[in-house]
Amino acid sequence: MSTAAPEHGEKIIDPIHQFVINRIIPIDIGGVDISFTNSALWAVIAVVCASLLFILTPRNLIPTRLQSVAESIYELVHGFTHDVLHENARTYFPFVLTLFVFILFANVLGLIPYSFTVTSHYVITLALALVVFFGATIIGFIRNGFGYLKLFVPSGVPAALLPLVIVIEIVSYFIRPMSLSIRLFANMMAGHMMLKVMAGFVVMLGVTAGWLPLAAMVGLMGLELLVAALQAYVFALLTCLYLNDAMHVDH
Amino acid sequence: MPQLDMSTWPPQLFWLAVTFLALYFVISRVAIPRTGGVIALRKSTIDGDLAKAKNLNDETENAVRSYEAALADARAKAHAIALENRNKLNTEIEAERAKLDAALGAKIATAEKKVAASRDKALEDLAAMAAEIAGEIVQQLTGATVTKAEATAAVSKTLGK
Repeated sequence: MSTAAPEHGEKIIDPIHQFVINRIIPIDIGGVDISFTNSALWAVIAVVCASLLFILTPRNLIPTRLQSVAESIYELVHGFTHDVLHENARTYFPFVLTLFVFILFANVLGLIPYSFTVTSHYVITLALALVVFFGATIIGFIRNGFGYLKLFVPSGVPAALLPLVIVIEIVSYFIRPMSLSIRLFANMMAGHMMLKVMAGFVVMLGVTAGWLPLAAMVGLMGLELLVAALQAYVFALLTCLYLNDAMHVDH
Repeated sequence: MPQLDMSTWPPQLFWLAVTFLALYFVISRVAIPRTGGVIALRKSTIDGDLAKAKNLNDETENAVRSYEAALADARAKAHAIALENRNKLNTEIEAERAKLDAALGAKIATAEKKVAASRDKALEDLAAMAAEIAGEIVQQLTGATVTKAEATAAVSKTLGK
């Protein structure tokens, strides 16, 4: 998972090294660094793979295997978008599907050895979470005006408890982008570091006992694949829930 | 931790925006119409096929029902025809028998009449013969001549008539 050629043993087992950003093509426009990095490369690869999956698969009545994959993704996201957002699902479905597909492909492609996991950088997940947070907040105020503030005042709470509840609600609202972004970033980083440490053990223990961490790695890889898909699902589903809060303040 | 190196944030954010918007464009313009279209087409095809199958099934059931109705109808008609024929034959047979009975009755009556006539005649002849014989016997025994009328009267008297 290391992106640089391992020159000496220290680098191979350094579990953090895989997250280093390398500028492949340095670009600087007006003092702003927009270099094409290994992160950008894998984001592009993820987008190209995802696009090809949807563009190149045939449109058979009886689906091929790859077509089934594309349709399963579509139907999964379509399902929970409609379950959560009901009549507004049509408007936000493209965004939620894009979010899901982007995170899914970034996560899964990151599991390939020597690749780079775009979503293992906090700035990426925070940016996505903030887009969702500000988007939902703006939509909430456009839809409800200042009535959107009723979101912080749950009905049926005793008057004595109300100030406390309002404070808790406000804090929990502003924590949303944090929890959303840290959940994804931490899962990705921790999983990859664990795999890297295990891989280091395989090299250290060699032929005699190296098969033990290797077997553990096979299991971990399966688990990480599950986590990669699950985190994409969780991110997209929570986005739907936050958007739904913006539509329906009364809760 | 490379994640905290803020100098890498601008390029990451820039390329995130570029790739995400590109994917959004592909998903909203191509993927959703394409995949959604196929899924909708499949659903409508399956629904159409199911409806067609249901129609055909209904048709079959109707055909079976009309066949059964026709069969019952034909059976009833056959029964009616048989009944009618039997009744007709029965009346014909009755009529024939009545005719025969009448003809036989007439024949029997004439025959009886003939028999009665023959018997009467025979009796008459017998009486005449008896009178004649009686007259002759009387003549032979007594030599007295008895007239035919007297003999006849005597015979009649003897016969109790």
